[in-house]
Amino acid sequence: MTIKGKAYITGVYEHPTRKADDKSLAQLHAEVAKGALGDAGLTKNDVDGYFCAGDAPGLGGLSMVDYMGLKVRHIDTTETGGSSYVIHVAHAAQAIAAGKCNVALITLAGRPRAEGVATGTAPRNYGAAAPDVAFEFPFGPTVVNQYAMAAMRHMHQYGTTSAQLAWIKVAASHHAQHNPHALLREVVTVEEVVASPMVADPLHRLDCCVITDGGGAIVVTKPEIAKSLKRPAVRVLGAGEAVKHQMGGKIDLTYSGAVWSGPAAFAEAGVRPSDIKYVSIYDSFTITVLITLEDLGFCPKGQGGKFVSDGNLISGAGKLPFNTDGGGLCNNHPANRGGLTKVVEAVRQLRGEAHPNVQVKSCDVALAHGTGGSLGTRHGSATLIMERE
Amino acid sequence: MSGEERKIPAPPVNPETQPFWDGTAAGKLLIKRCAACGEKHYYPRAICPFCGSDRTEWLEVSGRGVVYSYSVFRRAPIPYAIAYVTLDEGPTMMTNIVDCDLDTIRIGQPVRVAFKPTDGPPVPMFSPTSKA
Repeated sequence: MTIKGKAYITGVYEHPTRKADDKSLAQLHAEVAKGALGDAGLTKNDVDGYFCAGDAPGLGGLSMVDYMGLKVRHIDTTETGGSSYVIHVAHAAQAIAAGKCNVALITLAGRPRAEGVATGTAPRNYGAAAPDVAFEFPFGPTVVNQYAMAAMRHMHQYGTTSAQLAWIKVAASHHAQHNPHALLREVVTVEEVVASPMVADPLHRLDCCVITDGGGAIVVTKPEIAKSLKRPAVRVLGAGEAVKHQMGGKIDLTYSGAVWSGPAAFAEAGVRPSDIKYVSIYDSFTITVLITLEDLGFCPKGQGGKFVSDGNLISGAGKLPFNTDGGGLCNNHPANRGGLTKVVEAVRQLRGEAHPNVQVKSCDVALAHGTGGSLGTRHGSATLIMERE
Repeated sequence: MSGEERKIPAPPVNPETQPFWDGTAAGKLLIKRCAACGEKHYYPRAICPFCGSDRTEWLEVSGRGVVYSYSVFRRAPIPYAIAYVTLDEGPTMMTNIVDCDLDTIRIGQPVRVAFKPTDGPPVPMFSPTSKA
């Protein structure tokens, strides 16, 4: 069974807050849900499927369905870190195609800034029962030094440079200057990125995404409902998901699970990389974008550094406009999970509702990609291809 | 090198991995090899991640390898080098590179295991075998 054409994204919402001292976590989930349903022209009483991941409080889906007063006949709490919400769109399309629900609501929210979490720089410990923890946690694995090892190996193997990685942040900053909600709106240069303080060799401070509170939501509906609504129709064309890990010690940090999720999504959608007018690429770090673009086939393996250079990712200037909201590098990385906002900006582009200064002309096919977990150890990869009808 | 040492968290031990930590306490580095498919793996598991057999056996390795990748974490109160080391016997493992000038660490550098104390069993770290 294919999901091609079986479901539409009819509502999206990105919470405008970047620091939510005055809101509870459940409240943020409910606010983004209300926002996306309002965008679609639906209400909570229309929702019959709910999707959330590990950021949801309490008992996750159960707690949030209770809090929001939903009545659902389908629930999915697939957890693959920041890529979860891209997978949720695909799973929602599958559920709709199978007749298990008609209106699927996906929410993400978090308040790491308000809670003062050392998101990227404190070693993460998922508990003593995690099978890997004894063999990793004593060595101080943080989010940033794990990704840094992937960057270091890519540089060693392919000659990728810090200046090339910096171009990714530069492109994001060019876009963020037009986004009034972006946390960082200042345009930066390659020189400024490579001169910013080293966090974990070879990643500088400006190679790292922002830490923000807030969240977002997506509404996916069956075609008949989408056609009855007033919003521009965005059709799900294809999706792929994968998990890449350490493979029992046969470790290769130079590629991501996008080598599997990408081809699956392109095959289902029936399109090729050259058909894609806009990409939202998960940008926890600059290296995440570079490796993902290679793995999705936008350039040959090892050529990512050259591909992203000289403004090639800047809307209106380069060949492949990316993350026109400013992405995680400049705009928003709510709850340390950037997958949902990747879908939101892709939908804005397909609707023609991105900021006029970054709107891609004739944007008819777009791709959103999520990477959740760590490129340095284990991660979920999710690719979603959508088209404007 | 700083006179101050980074506090190394103790690894949680369970029945599946107890022999590995008995090994580090005795100055031995153990990995697992599958008697059914012959593949060696790390971190060690009861069930082979390659073929699914439960006929996995402990194997003492030489403790020699090369740096696959690394990163010096500059933001830490005491900077340290996380790394992956590819053992001469095949598998690649997460570790720290220690007892050296962190600025001299390089990919491909030969290293040898050095067991470092924790509040629990010692953990396997690596140090360069030649001056870089």
